[in-house]
Amino acid sequence: MTGTSASEQAIAMSGVNKWYGHMQVLKGIDLEVGRGEHIVLCGPSGSGKSTLIRCINHLEEIQQGTVTVNGTTLSQKGSNADHIRRDVGMVFQQFNLFPHLTVLENCMLAQRRVRKASVADAKEKAMRHLERVHIAEQALKYPAQLSGGQQQRVAIARALCMDPKIMLFDEPTSALDPEMVKEVLDTMISLADDGITMICVTHEMGFARAVAHRVIFMDRGEIIESAKPDVFFSNPSHERTKAFLSQILNH
Amino acid sequence: MNYSFDFSPVFAAWPMLLDGILGTLRMSSLSMVFGLALGLVFMLMRMSKLPMLRSIAIGYIELIRNTPILVQVFFVFFGMPALGIRLSGEQAAILAMTLNCAAYAAEIVRGGVQSIRPGQIEAGRALGMHSVDIYRFIVFRPAIRAVYPALCSQFILMMLNSSLMSSVSAEELTYFAQTLDSQTFRSFEIYFTLGVIYLAMSQFFSIALGLIGRVYFSYPAK
Ligand SMILES: Nc1ncnc2c1ncn2[C@@H]1O[C@H](COP(=O)(O)OP(=O)(O)O)[C@@H](O)[C@H]1O
Ligand SMILES: [Mg+2]
Repeated sequence: MTGTSASEQAIAMSGVNKWYGHMQVLKGIDLEVGRGEHIVLCGPSGSGKSTLIRCINHLEEIQQGTVTVNGTTLSQKGSNADHIRRDVGMVFQQFNLFPHLTVLENCMLAQRRVRKASVADAKEKAMRHLERVHIAEQALKYPAQLSGGQQQRVAIARALCMDPKIMLFDEPTSALDPEMVKEVLDTMISLADDGITMICVTHEMGFARAVAHRVIFMDRGEIIESAKPDVFFSNPSHERTKAFLSQILNH
Repeated sequence: MNYSFDFSPVFAAWPMLLDGILGTLRMSSLSMVFGLALGLVFMLMRMSKLPMLRSIAIGYIELIRNTPILVQVFFVFFGMPALGIRLSGEQAAILAMTLNCAAYAAEIVRGGVQSIRPGQIEAGRALGMHSVDIYRFIVFRPAIRAVYPALCSQFILMMLNSSLMSSVSAEELTYFAQTLDSQTFRSFEIYFTLGVIYLAMSQFFSIALGLIGRVYFSYPAK
């Protein structure tokens, strides 16, 4: 790609192949993400976008190839997955907040259990990040008492509490009512402005134009095209990309 | 019909019945707590990746659920002395009920664990948490909540079944009632009263377990 040295790379995937049974869902994925780079990943449903980003923090195992995060290469069995997960935060389509814990407790649990932070420190950091996503006043509520947009912002705060260097977003706004999409995207844009490394699976093309350094198009387990947003949208080089873009832009 | 009903010998024996009630409450509660704890162990074994642990758990659960609890307690009380393990009636009762409760609790709680969306576990993993912590802090409470009514029914059923423990002279309510019957021959009055007391005790457990549930699961549902 742009010839970044290993120390400037946040993520490097090389020759990654993955199968579910007989079905190959990732085909020869090569991807390098520089520190501070923002990538938007798009493509039709079932093309392997979720699988790709879930390989980065080893929620999925790969059968061939290597995944390196901040210089640490994931072992096949994932014995060093915990080490890598320290640096990688993830936000899911379905929020996945813990329903039996308050917003504040959701943000404190992993700090306490993984980072062994004291209650006071964990709480202080949780409140700081909840303020950052403008939801501190709901700290004592339970997830079920919040709107989808609020829940997703809590999920972002929860991930940030672990001081990740890389954030992975898997369709963070797809489960939201339209009027709540903006508050979540605004939160993500402000994160991007802070220079965190980010891979975001989304079809929000406005977001892609605003923050992406590169837009990547995937289809049937392959990376088809990777380009700067202005080139990607105005002058895509592959037929499949054009077909996909015309579909999502017409809807 | 020239039988004249007379409850006075029954009421006169209230200290004995009270002892019986306390015995039943004590044995049942202990067996519930121990049974749930042991049930969690069998549940984890049942869901383990290791085929060996899974087979042991399945074998145990099937064995317990397909043999009468009376036979189980007879085995513990009359059979185990052959192995040099001699227990009092009450100890045998608690052990048998614990072993029995564990098998049912394991299956009930497993249903609860399976009802947890995979996303919950993934969120824990993505945050770098270990599986033990994920079970303990993320899965456990919602899983128990999902099956709490079934678990409570099982507990109450076990409390009622504890009457069978009179057969090994565990000093619970039915044991004392039988003693009283042999002394007074007021069978109708005694077993009628006994029925009323068991009914009251299951109501008591139902309300107490409900309150515990209300406190422990106070978080709002999705
Ligand atoms: N756990 C799984 N078992 C079997 N097949 C799966 C599993 N998860 C995803 N797939 C399949 O892998 C392909 C890629 O899925 P996914 O990465 O979720 O696509 P996307 O996120 O782009 O919609 C799909 O065909 C999907 O059906
Ligand atoms: Mg997906």
